[in-house]
Amino acid sequence: MNKLRRNVYMTGGYNTVSMGTGRKEFHPKQSRPGLEDYICEAGRGVLQQVGGAGNIDEGVIGNFMAARFNSQGNLAALIPAIDAGLQWKPCSRVEGACCSGALALSAGIKSVLAETADMVLAVGVEVQNTVKAIYGADILAAAGWSRERKAGHAYFFPGKFSDRAGAYYEKYGRDRTRKAMARWYRNAIENARLCPTAQEYHNTSADLDAVALAEPNPRSFVDHLNVFDCSKVSDGASAIAIASADGLKRAGIPTSAAVEIVGIGQVEADLTRPPSDPTRLETTRRAVQCALESAGITVDRLATVETHDCFTIAGILAVEAIGLADPGKGPDFVLDGQTARGGHVPFNTTGGLIGWGHPTGATGVHQAVTIWEQLTGRAHRNQIEIPTDRPYALSVNMGGDDKTLVALVYRRG
Amino acid sequence: MDYAERLENVAVIGAAGKMGSGIVLLLAMEMADVGLKAGNGSRHRVLHAVDVSHQALGGLVKYLREQVQKAAEKRIVALRTVYADRADLVDNGDIVRQYVNDVLDVVRPTTTLEVAAEANIIFEAAPEDLSLKLKLFARTATDNPARPWVFTNTSSIPIQEIDEKARLGGRVMGFHFYNPPAVQKLVELIRSRTTTDEVGAFAEALCKNLRKIVVPSADRAGFIGNGHFMRDLLHAVEEAGRLRAGMPFVEAVYCVNRVSQDFLVRPMGIFQLVDYVGLDVCQCILAVMNPRIPGENLHSPLIDRLLEQGVRGGQNHDGSQKDGFLQYQQGKPSGVYDPDAKRYLAFTEFQAACDARLGPLPEPGLPWKVAVRDPARETLLAQFFGALRSMDTAGAELARRYGARSRDIGLKLVSDEVAHNAHDVNQVLLTGFFHAYGPINEFFA
Repeated sequence: MNKLRRNVYMTGGYNTVSMGTGRKEFHPKQSRPGLEDYICEAGRGVLQQVGGAGNIDEGVIGNFMAARFNSQGNLAALIPAIDAGLQWKPCSRVEGACCSGALALSAGIKSVLAETADMVLAVGVEVQNTVKAIYGADILAAAGWSRERKAGHAYFFPGKFSDRAGAYYEKYGRDRTRKAMARWYRNAIENARLCPTAQEYHNTSADLDAVALAEPNPRSFVDHLNVFDCSKVSDGASAIAIASADGLKRAGIPTSAAVEIVGIGQVEADLTRPPSDPTRLETTRRAVQCALESAGITVDRLATVETHDCFTIAGILAVEAIGLADPGKGPDFVLDGQTARGGHVPFNTTGGLIGWGHPTGATGVHQAVTIWEQLTGRAHRNQIEIPTDRPYALSVNMGGDDKTLVALVYRRG
Repeated sequence: MDYAERLENVAVIGAAGKMGSGIVLLLAMEMADVGLKAGNGSRHRVLHAVDVSHQALGGLVKYLREQVQKAAEKRIVALRTVYADRADLVDNGDIVRQYVNDVLDVVRPTTTLEVAAEANIIFEAAPEDLSLKLKLFARTATDNPARPWVFTNTSSIPIQEIDEKARLGGRVMGFHFYNPPAVQKLVELIRSRTTTDEVGAFAEALCKNLRKIVVPSADRAGFIGNGHFMRDLLHAVEEAGRLRAGMPFVEAVYCVNRVSQDFLVRPMGIFQLVDYVGLDVCQCILAVMNPRIPGENLHSPLIDRLLEQGVRGGQNHDGSQKDGFLQYQQGKPSGVYDPDAKRYLAFTEFQAACDARLGPLPEPGLPWKVAVRDPARETLLAQFFGALRSMDTAGAELARRYGARSRDIGLKLVSDEVAHNAHDVNQVLLTGFFHAYGPINEFFA
């Protein structure tokens, strides 16, 4: 992909709490905030930082399945509900399963590149606790090919990634991989415990490795994963402003308070075809490669990565797909502590999907917000050190089983 | 007639009651499961759910729908395989709905008792009253040429007596579920001298398929479960009477209830348990046991008196606890009934003084919830009761007497040959009463 022809920035990020089991204030039988509440909270959180709705030219909202989780379509029309100043502005909604959030970012970036907007409000949202997990599994299964649903597992996507994990165990060994998956879980929870909006912020388990090493139980769940290998069911929204240099100037925001998007890779794979090699995330690999090429950098320039760890095994496969470890060596990279917050390339520094939560349509935007916080020194207790010789960050957002991919490369503005 | 054929036509009498509704749930699911297995699908299966009121039967259907749905959600992984050939059932939601329909299709709620006469198997879950049970059998099983098998959920009446008085010729067996049947793992199976092997073998196969833990009990009034529980409760009443010499009735009840829960690491205090079961049910069971077990005076004038005053315990239709010995607020005990004043006195009026009088719990404390979940529970219990043994407080003294009495009751059930061995007694209390340890133990030796 060509280098971006205009400077594009992100600033003013905001996350709601990722609500669901694990949060002390979550009670499944009590009424909770709805879709519009999350959209408004996140949107207003951004508007406050960018000088109000008057500075916004366009809105984009990413969401996967509000039509089924919340009986709500036409989500673009909920953007004006954030602020009266957004009424009559162009808005759209994008969907690409769990990659919907990053598709919103991508759509916003393209508007800025096309010079049809100088500041775009990008929102990602999902409110999934409206149904029990087993029915949520039906809804989320639509991220796969509908014709595969019948033969699929009751927990469709855990089933898909369980198959990948099983293939990986067979090819590269089970014990070390399981240990690395447990370590991935521990890193995620330890990061989440530092982040007040994280779903696992209140997690107090004493021995996270032991918890995560519980044997999978195929009778009640899937063959090769336990529940700790999976991201939870979450409600939440994230939002961020995407701007040109003029857009930042108009809002009075210095570039140092923003991150610059220096590379983008957006790749789609055929939904009806199974992966050629279940031990590889080929679409992820291609998207990251595009993004790095577009940024003109190599993987060794990355200071931090936000990756789509909907399952611990997806985290390990992503480490390999990004190019930080050879095939089969991802577990070693993780077990050596390289992805931990004190490691060489800290991953998912606010907990990722396992620790922070996975409100599906919001995740891509949440990743961007975390990177904006890290690169501009706003990450509070989650803050990691960004080496001056490696000033770049990468986000990888995945929809379905490695089908819809957006990878972005950032550096401080 | 094999197992699957036997389950083609079943009746549950007392189907809308607390026990009966759970039995209907378990049987209807088992019948549907048998029907869904390859080769059995085309057979028509019927479960006559017989009870006296349409209103109660309406409640039964609602209960079944909710419970089958929950069960289907829990078993969704296996159910997707069961319905693998049904191309129209794709989502988990489709499969759960179909399973609920398949189970409910088996159940025929009815107030007409006589339909039970066409069943291969009759489960009886009527109140604990022998003459009532005999009347029901007379209209359904006695002299029935189809010779249906009878499984009675009685928790106290000797099976041999039922067999002889109802002229069932060995076609009857005790099949004692614990409350609630859908949740409790324990089933006490009671064969009489004449129960046929065929009937016994079927009962065991059914228990296995229902994933129940079976404890065989000898055919003696009260069996193992109530053999322990009724004597345990009479001990509690006696202790409360003894304490009454030095404190008001309500405080004595409070103290014994608290000691039997917190000091003995049990899930609930003894008077709360009596309320849960129902004072009327306890009275019925004692009335069955007392004349059949001479020399023990298994009778409580106190329970009679409370019942005369309308204090009954038991549960409301929504499962919430009714007031009995104790008063309840949001399911938790909050007061004690005073039969002299004919009203409840709130815990707040005397709790602090009673707790002070009982003294502290052994250190470190051991709540029942912690004990039952901890894999090292034996060590924790030994530590807790070791500390309790050396304490010189009124609470510890009461607990030691209580634990020792519970142990004696258990040992007597073995020496009287009601239970085969100590393990069976302990198993009943562990699984039927959710105790953290069996009554026959070294803690109170």
